[in-house]
Amino acid sequence: MDAKTGYVAGRLALTGVLFRISGKTAAVQFHTKKHLCETVFKSSQRWFCNASAPGPGMLHRWFCRTSTPGPSRWLSRTSTPGQLRWFCQTSTPGPHVCIVGSGPAGFYTAQHILKNHKTARVDIYEKLPVPFGLVRFGVAPDHPEVKNVINTFTNTAANDRCSFLGNVTVGRDVTVAELRQAYDAVIMSYGADADKEFGIPGENLPGVYSARSFVGWYNGLPEDKHLAPMLDTETAVVLGQGNVALDVARILLTPLSIIKKTDITDHAAAALENSQVKTVYIVGRRGPLQTAFTIKELREMTKLPDCRSVLDPADFAGLQDKVKSLQRPRKRLTELLIKTAQTGGATAQETQRLSQATKEWGLKFLRSPLEILPTEDGSRVSGIRLGMNKLEGSDSSARAISTGETEVLSCGLVLRSIGYKSVPIDDTVPFDSQKGVIPNTAGRVTGCKGLYCSGWVRRGPTGVILTTMTDGFETGKAVVDDLTTGILQPLDGVRGQERIQPLLQKKGIQAVTFEDWNKIDSEETTRGEKVGKPREKIIEVKEMLEVALS
Amino acid sequence: MAATISTKLPMLRRFSQVLFASFGSVGSKKCLHGFLSPLTCPSCQQNRLFRTSNGPLRHGDYEHQDPKSEDEIVNITYVMKDGERIPIRGKVGDNVMYLAHRYEIPVEGACEASLACCTCHVYVHDDYSDRIQEATEEEEDMLDMAPFLRVSSRLSCQITLSKELEGIEVTLPQATRNFYVDGHVPEPH
Repeated sequence: MDAKTGYVAGRLALTGVLFRISGKTAAVQFHTKKHLCETVFKSSQRWFCNASAPGPGMLHRWFCRTSTPGPSRWLSRTSTPGQLRWFCQTSTPGPHVCIVGSGPAGFYTAQHILKNHKTARVDIYEKLPVPFGLVRFGVAPDHPEVKNVINTFTNTAANDRCSFLGNVTVGRDVTVAELRQAYDAVIMSYGADADKEFGIPGENLPGVYSARSFVGWYNGLPEDKHLAPMLDTETAVVLGQGNVALDVARILLTPLSIIKKTDITDHAAAALENSQVKTVYIVGRRGPLQTAFTIKELREMTKLPDCRSVLDPADFAGLQDKVKSLQRPRKRLTELLIKTAQTGGATAQETQRLSQATKEWGLKFLRSPLEILPTEDGSRVSGIRLGMNKLEGSDSSARAISTGETEVLSCGLVLRSIGYKSVPIDDTVPFDSQKGVIPNTAGRVTGCKGLYCSGWVRRGPTGVILTTMTDGFETGKAVVDDLTTGILQPLDGVRGQERIQPLLQKKGIQAVTFEDWNKIDSEETTRGEKVGKPREKIIEVKEMLEVALS
Repeated sequence: MAATISTKLPMLRRFSQVLFASFGSVGSKKCLHGFLSPLTCPSCQQNRLFRTSNGPLRHGDYEHQDPKSEDEIVNITYVMKDGERIPIRGKVGDNVMYLAHRYEIPVEGACEASLACCTCHVYVHDDYSDRIQEATEEEEDMLDMAPFLRVSSRLSCQITLSKELEGIEVTLPQATRNFYVDGHVPEPH
């Protein structure tokens, strides 16, 4: 910043301060150009910030955001005094990168870009006011240690060159085309919003839910808060044998005294308190060697308090020998399954305790659902007709072939857990509907220069946070390589947030910053403290915005 | 001068890092919520009901403190995947993963020592395999998911330094995250 600009900016800041103190509307006195916002400063801090402006080429630009958005903000008064928030952005030259989606994929990609490119600015857009995606809404409440990655993400967001813009739905509030005009690189990492369906009769009966919605319901995802699953039945069936299936089974069977102390939502805890579910069957169309869950989650099921594991030893006949030749992860998993089937997973002492258990869970193999049967009055599900299968081939490539036999399993609650599915965000972004992913090579979207993708929307919805980390870093590397080798043409004119914020203002959208999220975070933590939980999640978007923008 | 130290003299780089680390960490270590100590921060103190990191201080604070006396010193050598050996003077009670973080050795720790990932995977030198505490079942479960697994594999966040482990060597694996989701390992080329 040269001496003159510094002087002018400093003088304006002082004027702004003095006018604020005097109670007049400062916006009227603000004669410089409109700008864009990033860091929130109190007015006194602004003065100091200008006074210590570092280096040449850095321009501090000030923008005032009042609580009434719209083109009249210049002359509008704030609805409550003292609501003026001053923002400053240092416009160091450097490419602008936009990431759509603030889950693990988005944050790991951002982390990689910020670490390996010294001037790139990264803006992360998110449709909800709260960040972190499935880490917040997908990880089970009784797995708080998995959520530790939030600390890494918070560090990334604290970087000067990183911004979070919540409450902005890409595809509706701002289109991908508009983003591509404003950013040198746009990265799609919005994950998978939908889930796979069987397409069998009865799938829409009351009492049949997708495991994804059930997880969203107990984790406080705003769109699933009205799910009200019917838990007034003794038997529940989960279709699918992945980690999500085990998660929902575990939540249905864990004693309330444990669940109550987690960050599970209030309404879910209340519903589980009145739940009559005693037995949960987890049904898969292939055999024990093709289960998709991992050993940690299986071990948790065998150790559930007041719950018996019911596995049929016949399912594991002949596997003892095969086990020796398996890879270590599959070997240990199968050994645990066999042991659980033989002894109920318990020592002799525990068998006594387990015989008094009031709940049980079991695995059923080689069964595919053919039809979901209604009660006589058709008001809810009464059972499932399952077709029996046999396996052709072996290991992970084995296929299930129908034998023609069927059986009926009675139940009052069905949870479908056969995988998530991504949806196309916008007509301009290519999408492979069959695979449910954006077609790409190493993260670069096929046929679209400057467009990238990472996470589940790139690879398909499988894997844990760790796999998404690798994926995010890979896409980040592709972006950094393209930025440094100059494949991407630099854009003219106003770039980045500056170009997007006016578009949002016109539609009356107020973006939520990371500081605003911190307010929501501390509000949730405070509410949780009162009831002995790590946090009490806010489940209404309106309420989130009220807290964030207060 | 710092640049010269970093690039021209690798041994000096580590040495200077150790020096700067001991000066740099005094008084400025804050927990992620902005409190000076995790012990006074209400958010950090939120009960992790189901798992906690080792020790009274969390997030590697203990490892950032220098040894108070020669009696406490436990020497450990980290071997990089390219063979570079980095000797570190740790102390009794140090967590091997957080100690690596302090000296910027590239060991990741996504789940912060709570046995929910395998990114801090290391190989322990054979001579120490019987001196080290045995892996719990939970640790073995997590190791299942680590690529390039060997018999000597351990999670470094579960190894605590003691006098018995004096001179221990841990080697970083080729990668801590798998390149391919289905477990395929690329052939060296």
